[in-house]
Amino acid sequence: MSKTTDLADASAKPTPLKSKLPARLDFWQSATGLFLALFMWLHMFFVASILLGKDAMYTVAKFFEGYHFFGQPYPILVTIAAAGVFAVLIAHAGLAMRKFPANYRQYSTFRRHMKSLRHDDTNLWFIQVFTGFAMFFMVSIHLYIMMTQPHTIDPYGSGDRMVTDWMWPLYLLLLLAVELHASIGLYRLAVKWGWFEGKDAQATRRRLKQAKWAVTVFFLVLGLATLAAYIKVGLDNRDNYGQRYVPSWERQTQAPTPQALIPAAQSAAPDTTAPSVVDSAVEVDAPLASDAVVEPSGQDVGTD
Amino acid sequence: MSTVNPTEAQQPPRTLKISILRHNPQDPASVPHMQTFTLEEAPAMTLFVALNDLREHQDPSLQFDFVCRAGICGSCAMVINGRPGLACRTLTHTLAPEITLAPLPFFELIGDLSVNTGKWMRSMSERLQTWIHSTDSVDIKRLEARMEPELAEAIYELERCIECGCCVAACGTAQMREDFVGAVGMNRIARFRLDPRDQRSDEAFYDLIGDDDGIFGCMSLLGCQDVCPKNLPLQSQIAFLRRKMVKVGLS
Repeated sequence: MSKTTDLADASAKPTPLKSKLPARLDFWQSATGLFLALFMWLHMFFVASILLGKDAMYTVAKFFEGYHFFGQPYPILVTIAAAGVFAVLIAHAGLAMRKFPANYRQYSTFRRHMKSLRHDDTNLWFIQVFTGFAMFFMVSIHLYIMMTQPHTIDPYGSGDRMVTDWMWPLYLLLLLAVELHASIGLYRLAVKWGWFEGKDAQATRRRLKQAKWAVTVFFLVLGLATLAAYIKVGLDNRDNYGQRYVPSWERQTQAPTPQALIPAAQSAAPDTTAPSVVDSAVEVDAPLASDAVVEPSGQDVGTD
Repeated sequence: MSTVNPTEAQQPPRTLKISILRHNPQDPASVPHMQTFTLEEAPAMTLFVALNDLREHQDPSLQFDFVCRAGICGSCAMVINGRPGLACRTLTHTLAPEITLAPLPFFELIGDLSVNTGKWMRSMSERLQTWIHSTDSVDIKRLEARMEPELAEAIYELERCIECGCCVAACGTAQMREDFVGAVGMNRIARFRLDPRDQRSDEAFYDLIGDDDGIFGCMSLLGCQDVCPKNLPLQSQIAFLRRKMVKVGLS
């Protein structure tokens, strides 16, 4: 029979005849997704520093501008980092897009299938497609601003961006999309590659699913609180749009008691103890979260 | 589980309303439509029993497939209330009295609930070459080479697949991309990869499933895992194959 000859070359092949590209694309889709999801976790913790106070957020912002390494900030570092993340994002979007329904027939077939099957992981995939598609546009806007205006990243700058620049609706939608997409994606990666499988893959999968929801809720709550904090800063600072934040330790000469903190304009001279030069931007800024309560924001909001 | 509960038997039997998607593709005048039958539920009734009752007493033209009525042959897979499953393994008392039945999607429709899974399974087997590949000449007078019991059991675990087609019908990828080999195909490859008598290398397996119609088309929606009537470890097997095939692809 001719079968034996077929079998002979099937077993003797040293390398596959088929293109290795599909394997590489699959690997890089997962790898870029993993990078972006873990990056978003860190990103969320960094931006949430505003919840610890403006000084904390300022410190984080200056850290990423290299202040603690070079002695002065280089916003270009943020531009470079944002461009790098953008490149990974574009790669991930391009790779993941291969899985999207390619035409209306595929789309409607999948929707019908999904409604009929009522299957959690199938539904979650549709959320991935939806949020992924939405992020093509939303993340691009965000990243382009971060690349072109890295020097504006500080408590006031970010607050202004939210309120006066009208970015809060975009960031709210982006937050929802990112947190859903990242946690579902990480869950999918784990079941796709068999991570943490253990002896009972289905028990592990149930735990992973629970962890996935816990992570989603945690980051959504943290993200919403952070967003609210920046909006508050932006509202309080609305009349001083464009002003750069000056950390508390640069506003004082000695005796760092909160009562003695007299904020100064940009050129804070050491002997400026009189409040005369200071315009309406004056703000008694305690270094910790208590400042959110102290600030007389009510009058600013009310006058508008 | 399926034994008759005495208290249950004393209760008045439920009246089942079974809606079935009817269509005969052989008849040009046939239009797909839902037809609802009413039937008195019997104790420990399965959908297999219910459908036979309907065909015997209400509509002899009703088409559906059964052979073993014990979850072994895989003929009676159908979409039960929207989800693929075996009719013979589905007890009616686990369902609400309104039951909707449809043929498995994806496969060629023979008529009503009967689909030609065999045709698709055969072409899948040919495409994936799901048989032992060996260059050794076989001497049928000699004893076969021995195999560790654990290995034999591992192979048998995957060999339990009855090719009912539920996994493919529950697969979102297969619905969208009809050339996708599905979990049943991947499971076959995993089974032969385990078998020491099969001399194929991972590179040879890559030639069979190393593309977006094969392992890399799988989006891990896990519909297959969750509907498989034989509880095959499809999720683990597909993940395992993916790791192996990516290794070939990145080497």
